[in-house]
Amino acid sequence: MHALHKVLQAFASPQSFRLAMPDVWAGFQVNIKLMFTAEALVLVLALAVAIARGLPGRAAAPLRAAMILYTDVFRGTPLILVAFLVGFGLPGLQLRVISSQSTFVYGVIALTLVYTAYVTEVYRAGIESVHPSQRAAARSLGLNYFQALRYVVVPQAVRRVIPPLLNDFIGLQKDTALITVIGVAEAAQQAQNFSNTYYNFTSYVVAAVFFIFLTIPLARFTDHLIALRERKERAAAI
Amino acid sequence: MSFVTVENVSKSFGDNVVLRNVTLDVGEHDVVCLIGASGSGKSTLLRCINLLEPIDEGHIAVDGAVITNGNVDANAVRREIGIVFQAFNLFPHMTVLQNVTLAPRTVRNVRRAQAEASARELLERIGLEDKADEYPDRLSGGQQQRVAIVRALAMQPKLMLLDEITSALDPQLVSEVLNLVRELAEFGMTMIIATHEMSFAREVANKVCFLDGGVILEEGVPNEIFSAPREDRTREFLARIIEAGRL
Repeated sequence: MHALHKVLQAFASPQSFRLAMPDVWAGFQVNIKLMFTAEALVLVLALAVAIARGLPGRAAAPLRAAMILYTDVFRGTPLILVAFLVGFGLPGLQLRVISSQSTFVYGVIALTLVYTAYVTEVYRAGIESVHPSQRAAARSLGLNYFQALRYVVVPQAVRRVIPPLLNDFIGLQKDTALITVIGVAEAAQQAQNFSNTYYNFTSYVVAAVFFIFLTIPLARFTDHLIALRERKERAAAI
Repeated sequence: MSFVTVENVSKSFGDNVVLRNVTLDVGEHDVVCLIGASGSGKSTLLRCINLLEPIDEGHIAVDGAVITNGNVDANAVRREIGIVFQAFNLFPHMTVLQNVTLAPRTVRNVRRAQAEASARELLERIGLEDKADEYPDRLSGGQQQRVAIVRALAMQPKLMLLDEITSALDPQLVSEVLNLVRELAEFGMTMIIATHEMSFAREVANKVCFLDGGVILEEGVPNEIFSAPREDRTREFLARIIEAGRL
């Protein structure tokens, strides 16, 4: 009985919950900002990288190679290392503009670098899943390579990859907490400050609850989209 | 005066030779039917004429200009040549109207209102004006294929290539598509048609070419080919078709 009381007191004390809430909430708003900014950048950049990787012809070979190198490196490097490299490395260079950004900006850069590499692969799978006859039909009508991509291939590819894409974004949402290591005052950091001050861990639970409540709607929405498509495909197969 | 000239064209996929020294002349307003077993090279020949496949040897000229010498703008060539595929290949994420207007709008820079008006007119001609805002998966195979033909026609091509366009259709839907092709022939559209519909070929073609192993083994007016074939292979092929009840 005594042990249970101790556990509840340390992790779920109502007073601490109330006390920690405002600061953690303020921090969590930074997570949300990190998340939306990085997601918007990732959506655009990953598509560009995926398209660059798929460019035909010998002239595009160096570009393709560079994009492969990029995705290999940043899918392989743990986000926390990228965060250190960007958040401490870039300011250390003492270059104009590059070295004088806020920790928030470095956080966005680190998240974007890593997640663009993941999402590029998602887009690429989508682009490759569009049957070659679709591209042939577009080209046969006189559309050039990029017009065929823009009007025929990419719209179909994007529709297909929305569920896996949202899945990656759930990962990104949670990983915004890692950006704490370069000193961004986000939810995990606020929780840590509270815990250090009051010797109580309830603040971490508060932060966790925020993250969970943000993730659940997105997860359900993803499930819904998958179910919707399965129904449509089953109908088409009949 | 020939409108399409195919001269000594050869094409391989790896070690697999698909076309060997193919030579073919198509006059303006002619309808040429390519017949032959699957894998004889009919589709590849059509895809080469539309520059969807690069050729290895020989050359192809359309409307007096060589299109296979590497200096031509392939997109400009394809604008003038319509192709319709066996599997329709409509764009599933676009409505019928969007399918038909995409190329005129993006390639020819026709204004949206004008492109849509022309598209609706074409759809009305084939009796599908009420399907303009439907997505392709709501249409029957025959309707989809007619939309695919109209999509190609919307670019006002000088030449139409039809690649076994009825092979994926239920038998009762074949005639609605062939009627449309018949109409195009009557309007004087120059067409090269790869087909397994022998009686249709006999009826609309000015010239029938029998392909075998990537070679045009025999060509002539339909009556010659179907009634008095010179080559053994042609006779064998037609005998098998008659056996299958397709002639």
